[in-house]
Amino acid sequence: MKVVKVGMADLAVSKSPCIITTLGLGSCVGIALYDRINKIGGLAHIMLPSSLDIKNNSNKAKFADTAIEILIDKMIKIGANKNNIVAKLAGGSQMFKFSTQNEMLRIGDRNVIASKKKLKEYGIPIVAEDTGGNYGRTIELNCEDGTLMVRTIGRGCKYI
Amino acid sequence: MDINNLNIMLLDVLKEIGNIGSGNAATALSSIINKKIDMNVPQVKILDFDEVANVLGGAEKPVAGIYFEMNGDIKGNIMFILDIDSARCLLNLLFKNNNESREFTDMDMSALSEVGNILAASYINSLSMLSNMVLKISVPSIAIDMAGAILSVPAIQFGYISDKVLFIETQFKEGNNLVTGNLFLIPELDSFETMLKKLGVVEI
Repeated sequence: MKVVKVGMADLAVSKSPCIITTLGLGSCVGIALYDRINKIGGLAHIMLPSSLDIKNNSNKAKFADTAIEILIDKMIKIGANKNNIVAKLAGGSQMFKFSTQNEMLRIGDRNVIASKKKLKEYGIPIVAEDTGGNYGRTIELNCEDGTLMVRTIGRGCKYI
Repeated sequence: MDINNLNIMLLDVLKEIGNIGSGNAATALSSIINKKIDMNVPQVKILDFDEVANVLGGAEKPVAGIYFEMNGDIKGNIMFILDIDSARCLLNLLFKNNNESREFTDMDMSALSEVGNILAASYINSLSMLSNMVLKISVPSIAIDMAGAILSVPAIQFGYISDKVLFIETQFKEGNNLVTGNLFLIPELDSFETMLKKLGVVEI
């Protein structure tokens, strides 16, 4: 089957049959969108909650707010219907523990919260998630049935 | 200032800092394990983040990452990364055994953190000395996981500045044992300018 790789701060959409994957999510969040009727999937690997917080924001796939917007547009362009689209989230962990109050280290949580807020604005339901914790994840979205495989080191593999 | 266009002279200065820092770290390591440690001249590069994962063997490759906050005249972070083979090799040297498939115990994690601490502190001391800046690092925090996931932490911090990262690779050798360590220095944007100024690389 065709496999499309999504890098960090990147996104891709595809029709079935296809697997869209992104490797080694840590504090970043993988946002998987899926239209079950038209069998069209989209996956974004976002790094930061909001494009409004910083100046260097030309890469729209880097931020939860702008990536979701582009992902939906691209899916519609290849035949998806916005009303069919559901979402699954993975990632957003805190890889390192610190006693200091550094907001950046809570970025995983903030990425998850920002992604959920944006999906709610678009009226897209979140049907499954595997977020938080202190470990990395590799994910694969199967555009045939919308299952999202989540693979970890030492914690096995699951399908959500 | 655009850190994507750093000049050759800066790379030379950073390489020299890396050289002195790694030299001090090799000396410290050598006295801990009571064996002679050689080192290679560090590689200093400015890379795209995707390239960094490739240098480490891919985003899913398991690595040990040791993370520090840096404070003082400049603020930022330091990340020291060892691939799993290097981490095992280092632990075998430290604990004087030869366990090639060892699982990482709490004791191992603590020992790796301490080695990361020695290396990062050596590097920071040499930077501090050459630039006349006051610099401190936090206690280390360690994680063993996929390279991509570990790297996402400095990547996100760097994401505020650019998509590039300053990368210093040092290799330590004891007999046939080769330990490859990768150090990432991640100053905040204002601090990057301060650092360059203090090092006399740019006039601002």
